[in-house]
Amino acid sequence: MAAAVPTSYTDKVIVSDEVAEFSPAIIDEMKMHVAKYPANRTRSALIPLLMLVQRERGWIDNPGVNFLAKFLNLEVTDVWETATFYSMFNLRPVGRHHIQICKTLSCRIMGEPDITNHICSRLGIHPGETTEDGKFTVTMVECLGSCGTAPMMQIGFDYHEDLTAEKVDKILEGCK
Amino acid sequence: MEIKAIGCEPLSLKRIGVKDGHTLPVYKKTGGYKSLEKALSMTQDQIIQEVKDSALRGRGGAGFPTGMKWSFVPRDSPKAKYIVCNADESEPGSFKDRYLMEFDPHAVIEGMIIAGYTLGSNTGYVYTRGEYKYLIDIMDVAIGEAREAGILGKNILGSKFSFDLHTHTGAGAYICGEETALLSSLEGYRGHPRLKPPFPAVEGLYASPTIVNNVETFTSIPQIIEMGGIKWRDLGTEKSGGTKLWSISGHVKKPGVYELPMGYADMEKFIFKDCGGMLRDDKKLKAVIPGGSSVYIMNAGQILGKGVTLDYEGLVAAGSMLGTGGMMVMDETVDVMETTKNLTEFYKHESCGWCTPCREGTDWLVKIFDRISSGGGRPEDAQLMLDICDNIEGKSFCPLGDAAAWPIQSAIKQFPGDFKKWLTEKTASNSVTPNV
Repeated sequence: MAAAVPTSYTDKVIVSDEVAEFSPAIIDEMKMHVAKYPANRTRSALIPLLMLVQRERGWIDNPGVNFLAKFLNLEVTDVWETATFYSMFNLRPVGRHHIQICKTLSCRIMGEPDITNHICSRLGIHPGETTEDGKFTVTMVECLGSCGTAPMMQIGFDYHEDLTAEKVDKILEGCK
Repeated sequence: MEIKAIGCEPLSLKRIGVKDGHTLPVYKKTGGYKSLEKALSMTQDQIIQEVKDSALRGRGGAGFPTGMKWSFVPRDSPKAKYIVCNADESEPGSFKDRYLMEFDPHAVIEGMIIAGYTLGSNTGYVYTRGEYKYLIDIMDVAIGEAREAGILGKNILGSKFSFDLHTHTGAGAYICGEETALLSSLEGYRGHPRLKPPFPAVEGLYASPTIVNNVETFTSIPQIIEMGGIKWRDLGTEKSGGTKLWSISGHVKKPGVYELPMGYADMEKFIFKDCGGMLRDDKKLKAVIPGGSSVYIMNAGQILGKGVTLDYEGLVAAGSMLGTGGMMVMDETVDVMETTKNLTEFYKHESCGWCTPCREGTDWLVKIFDRISSGGGRPEDAQLMLDICDNIEGKSFCPLGDAAAWPIQSAIKQFPGDFKKWLTEKTASNSVTPNV
């Protein structure tokens, strides 16, 4: 049942047979997603369920994947196959606040480089890194559909638009 | 940010700014679900004819005539049929669907139910990009309201027709805006595009007949049923019917989402009058990407004084394309080669890796851009890049490859000065963002 995380996606290979456990409320939520699809097409629920696993465990880890393989009656590799394709799935742990800065054209020409520098120097990390206290991770991402209100970032699932350095300071101070 | 209609009554933007316009009671009070009632009293062929008459073309970027797409569905097929809403809006420069779903989710639902009735489908999915989680929540609430009111579920509004709708989340992949990749993703696989034919209308989701349309396409359907196809078409031009939402961003005073009649004249007036003109008054217009990042970039000379009309034909005649209507405006402070590098990095990141021309080609292009920007530019680089583009364009599995080639081809053609300057003067990257 063991599956290796592709090394190119993580710092080290983590292999585990451990199967994650979830509360009955979460299991019900998962079943609600599975019920959206025809009975013989439950694999369709894989991406929504990976989202749930990530919400509950913070990232897509081996035990979470092992659980989904069992839950949806898939091979462990099937789950990894899908999980490693999508950029929103964190294949390594991220900070409590995941700052995703849009770097695509409209944001880029409307001041994203200054915002990125401001955030990174304030936190003392580079894009792709997590602060030592595990509070913040900064990731550069592609267009988030907020071009009219550029520059922008998303923290977790929250959109923060029309950013200025002062606005960023306030937002980061509000992150507990 | 502005959200308003110019040159026409707001249709798609009808409920923007209406208090609680996203709720079922207000939606109904403002004429909502009247078109569904009307559609349920029509025959399927009549509805398809209205949609054909309307000259509605897919609003997701490809611009395929919606009525024709619908007519490809084998309605007598014994298989289940599916209606899928493509809300994977990830084209750089496009942000219109976001506001439609936020302020008018019931219009999406109504359009999808009418499509379901027309094509004999009982199930629909709204595939929304994962980053738009708040919109999925809004759609879930709206779907719940509609179910409770008997608008979704068994025997809709007392008819014999049953239809149910579900939300589905993406998880960050531009390629899933391509309809066959979206279907792979909806089935729980990597977002790889599929070979066409068979087209999704014949073999789509779960190898069953499936219609995939953009959010704005679906919200146009109730308008067409209400007004009649011909009347709706006449809001625009004969070949480009109706109104269209434009997302405008970059160096303009009033970026935002604007609803314009198709054939709006002209692009210069739109940028300089309706959108308030250049962000900094002393800076001149340099470049515009009119339809989202996947179209040809235009220089100021192709726009100023040229009377470019804003419709499918007008933009093609002007040397670009309508795409999703995601217009990005750049002033003279912008280095167009930096712009092109930025977009090429986007396509490299978003290439799904399925076919070699796109996977390898975008990677090589970024490598060349990086080499030039670190001071290693060579005179033959323009030709080298055009050669690589030539090996991607038309040779990749899906249109993402073409989309990666077009910005480079047009940038080199329309801005030869920028490219030359880049090759000779470039010593270090202007880009302060570490490449991650």
